[in-house]
Amino acid sequence: MSGFPTLFYKELLRFWKVSFQTVAAPVLTALLYLLVFTHALEGRMRVYDVPYTAFLLPGLVMMSVLQNSFANSSSSLIQSKISGNLIFMLLPPISHVELFCAYVLASMVRGITVGLGVLAVTAWFVELPLAAPAWAIAFALAGAAILGALGLLAGIWADKFDQIAAFQSFIILPLTFLSGVFYSIHSLPAFWQGISHLNPFFYMIDGFRYGFFGVSDFPPAASLAVVAVSLLALSATSLALLKSGYKLRG
Amino acid sequence: MTPAIEIRNVQKHYGPVHALAGVDLDVARGEFFGLLGPNGAGKTTLISIIAGLVRATTGRVRVMGADVVEDYRKARRLLGVVPQELVFDPFFTVRETLRFQAGYFGLRAQDEWIDEVMHHLDLTAKADSNMRALSGGMKRRVLVAQALVHRPPVIVLDEPTAGVDVGLRQGLWRFIRGLNEKGHTIILTTHYLEEAELYCGRIAMLKAGRIVALDSTRNLLEKFSGLQVQLTLDGRSLPEGVDATVLSAEEGRFTLRLRDYAALEDLLHRLRESRMAIRELEIDPPDLEEVFLRVMARES
Repeated sequence: MSGFPTLFYKELLRFWKVSFQTVAAPVLTALLYLLVFTHALEGRMRVYDVPYTAFLLPGLVMMSVLQNSFANSSSSLIQSKISGNLIFMLLPPISHVELFCAYVLASMVRGITVGLGVLAVTAWFVELPLAAPAWAIAFALAGAAILGALGLLAGIWADKFDQIAAFQSFIILPLTFLSGVFYSIHSLPAFWQGISHLNPFFYMIDGFRYGFFGVSDFPPAASLAVVAVSLLALSATSLALLKSGYKLRG
Repeated sequence: MTPAIEIRNVQKHYGPVHALAGVDLDVARGEFFGLLGPNGAGKTTLISIIAGLVRATTGRVRVMGADVVEDYRKARRLLGVVPQELVFDPFFTVRETLRFQAGYFGLRAQDEWIDEVMHHLDLTAKADSNMRALSGGMKRRVLVAQALVHRPPVIVLDEPTAGVDVGLRQGLWRFIRGLNEKGHTIILTTHYLEEAELYCGRIAMLKAGRIVALDSTRNLLEKFSGLQVQLTLDGRSLPEGVDATVLSAEEGRFTLRLRDYAALEDLLHRLRESRMAIRELEIDPPDLEEVFLRVMARES
């Protein structure tokens, strides 16, 4: 039998044992964003012909999914590398594909759990339509997988915790904030709209939002294609690095 | 019968540094084998290559006939490794740690065996304790248990008693000897040479990435270790022609190193011929530490 189910379960248990930090805290953060923005902007603007709070919520949900998917695989791997307990996963006959799947799937579970948590705690004061749920699910799953794979890459590459923190602060956070979580890119000047189209996070958030409103800045099928290509590229890179043993096996 | 471990021309280079400069070695099934050497000799690198943690620059390694690269799944199932560092996952209890380790090898529902391993290693009382709460010695026992949960026929112990107190060390050795008596092949690296001398049937000594001595422990002791003799005589000098290295001489009290028991016989004969009376005679048996120092000095 394969070692994959155990490694996957271990990764789930790892974040669940500290769920205050890994689930409750990001849900609270998203809730605070929503309360602040609602207080400041509700009634002053409408996007896609829906109140700003309703527009904002899918963006916040997806932002939470993406950030937490990344945090799960990257923090788990770097902790195991630094504390040395990665050896327990390298000694058994676990293939690079099994390792990749276990880390990425566990990241997806954490990301989606946090996303559902944000939806659950905001359900009582934000009325959200669900125009095309299959699109929302597809983008949530693909986005979580992309960030899980990116977190794995960061975990493989990093040798120190602060390198992961830098990755989060200088890459993940700007890409998320500048992806249209808080605004429609149609409100930007043409130049910045063009720049936004180079950001893969934009397609994930825009496509996810389409699942709720049936309206988006970019055609959802084209967004899904961009997301799928990104996922394939990141997965192929992660798998190649895992197979080569880069920074994991000497 | 294929050897438990088969190492052929293994080299490992880190840039210009040759951590292993061509190692050939067979360890037979059921052996208790010692791998000795000073720090930086390449012991841990060699063990890491056997375990698949490090890839050799050239050469190949097989575990019970399974190549550690091409047939890594089989090779890793046949091997249990106790790492040198006290590493653990702080999120889990002892029982969870052992269940996970068995699961990584594709083994489910191993609770009975896990209980047995914990019992033998005196871990039962700590089964539900978090790994963080254990003492260093207890963590070391968990590492041994983790190496055994998939019942490997070949077990590699990299400094298993480093930092472990005497009582615990003895218990650990009893358990490991028991495994060897049941047919497990044991490969040991240690800086405690008295442990290697006591338990290992055969020893390889590594220096600068090469094997510089490989023989049975008994042969090594006979070949490299002379006798150290403390001798107090009536006279103040030794008879003429004594074949010994004088380590110290002070007012009729001599510390000599003799090549072997024949040299001791010759010394006693010369003392009788010279009519010199022996007041005190103390013979220290050969030990591995001296063998080790001599081999390392020879290779300098």
